[in-house]
Amino acid sequence: MPEKNEDIRIGVFLCHCGSNIAGYLNMEELAEFAEKLPHVAFVQRNLYTCSEGGINEIKKGIKEQNLNRVVVASCTPRTHEPLFRSSCGEAGLNPYLFEMVNIRDQCSWVHMKEQENGTNKAKDLIRMGVAKAALLEPQEAIMSEVEVRALVIGGGIAGMTAALALANRGFEVVLVEKEEALGGMLNRLNRLGPTMMPASDLTAEKVRAVTGHPKITVFTHARVSEAQGFIGKYKVDIETESGVKKVDIGVIIVATGARAFVPKGLYNYDGKRVVTQLEMETLLKDGLAPGINNVVMIQCVGSRNNERPYCSRICCQTAVKNAMLIREQNPAARVSILYRDMQMYGVENEEMFRDSKARGIRYMNYSPDRPPEVEPDKVRVYHALLGREMELPADLVVLSTPVVSQEDAEVISRLLRVPIDENGFFLEGHVKLKPLDFATDGVYLCGSARFPSNIREAVAQGLGAASRASIPLSKGSVVVEPIISVLANEDACRGCGLCVALCPYGALEIQRTEKGRKVHVIDVACKGCGVCAATCYQHALSINSFTDQQIRSQLEAYLG
Amino acid sequence: MSKDILVIGGGIAGMQSSLDLADMGIKVHLVEKLPSIGGKMAQLDKTFPTNDCAI
Repeated sequence: MPEKNEDIRIGVFLCHCGSNIAGYLNMEELAEFAEKLPHVAFVQRNLYTCSEGGINEIKKGIKEQNLNRVVVASCTPRTHEPLFRSSCGEAGLNPYLFEMVNIRDQCSWVHMKEQENGTNKAKDLIRMGVAKAALLEPQEAIMSEVEVRALVIGGGIAGMTAALALANRGFEVVLVEKEEALGGMLNRLNRLGPTMMPASDLTAEKVRAVTGHPKITVFTHARVSEAQGFIGKYKVDIETESGVKKVDIGVIIVATGARAFVPKGLYNYDGKRVVTQLEMETLLKDGLAPGINNVVMIQCVGSRNNERPYCSRICCQTAVKNAMLIREQNPAARVSILYRDMQMYGVENEEMFRDSKARGIRYMNYSPDRPPEVEPDKVRVYHALLGREMELPADLVVLSTPVVSQEDAEVISRLLRVPIDENGFFLEGHVKLKPLDFATDGVYLCGSARFPSNIREAVAQGLGAASRASIPLSKGSVVVEPIISVLANEDACRGCGLCVALCPYGALEIQRTEKGRKVHVIDVACKGCGVCAATCYQHALSINSFTDQQIRSQLEAYLG
Repeated sequence: MSKDILVIGGGIAGMQSSLDLADMGIKVHLVEKLPSIGGKMAQLDKTFPTNDCAI
């Protein structure tokens, strides 16, 4: 702890972010302004504060200028706060004596066309940041042990791959599948592009490896009904046919997959003469019925519209693959694919696409303004490139429908307290920095639960999620951010339990103590969201680094 | 068997692999042909869709 009368020496580092900030704000003016703020002992401008040079300047400032508080005014703490914190730590300053001010997202980006106002707003934010920095107190990171056992929810290709990868590293895995059999979507597929290997070969191999693995416990026809806890220490209930099994879990991988959209009411869909691409897989598996000589496929059925604005990516490659397989079973068949845009990313897909054209698969572009019309024995389409209406005879119409999220995605989202997006797919922690992690530590995701993935992508993500999950399992312990709720005023707490009911992370509990009922914070579970402190009418709870006093000082600095 | 791992290429993929392996407690040797690591990512300005600064 710093001495009460310790001389507060704040260093302010102003980042130009190349021209991202300096191109729109008056940095010189900001520097002059910062120098005059209370307790500020040192001000420096950097082209990129996050570069090696910039970081060294912070460290140098701490050592040479005896700085005991650091403020960086730059980009967003979402991406850069951990870096700056650890840099302070490396220079011998407690990492929590650091405050970040976002003058990029909140000033230069949004006020590009009003530089004076943008600069003035940056001054306000810096003044507030400095005021808070003066009141910051050192915090110590929290260590917690990890139960070395993973839970994988979903026994499709992504989940099985993740389970095997973890088990092969020697970790115990519990795999929960809601269907009777492992395999997921693979069980419904015929052959897999671009190699055309039978899907059943892959399924058989994976299922054998998973069920035969001594480290993997498989529960089929089962679902996770309860999951309480936090990274390293989850208490999970698994509802099986033979009752509820209780397991202690360290990390969780969500691999719940997705399903195909059923195009009820679209293009005269009947599941017989007008089928989905997924039903086409079964038709091909069983062998195409004789007399199917003219096939028309329609892409983007029920997708890339107002209701489902996204492109589900894998339907184009599925259509091309199935068109080729139809030709393989009936070389005389004429197959036409009516598309809006062909999404054939990657070398193999592009090759398969070209190959299909060489083999006589016909492609016709339609516009969503004039969609094709399905009639009893033909499809009428306005060819957008030729600019004329065409009539295609059709014994079979195949609709390429999008991959949509699982019906129980919301249930799992609530159970694990992880978010889903507007389309019902699970949402990762960060698109690039944490593509296979949830924002909640210790919970990971892979495969089509996140977004429509083909087999190769689901396998790659399964391996990736397993790799991420291996980190806390290998370490056996986790370090948790100490910016959490604390019972700062125990006497004030009346044990009313309002905060317990509102905590979204299950991080609070009421305990009986000598002084009566008091709230207890489970520090590793707390995310520091502040709901409890804001709720507590007794002001008994407080959030480290966001105390009432610190926030008040910011407001006073702004208003002052 | 040596438990050290060699990662060839210090771009975003190589750096992420190295970090994850190191976090698992494995010693990593990261080899990059250029004077600094970062690869193509370090040459980008903002990255879509979050507009995060690439560096």
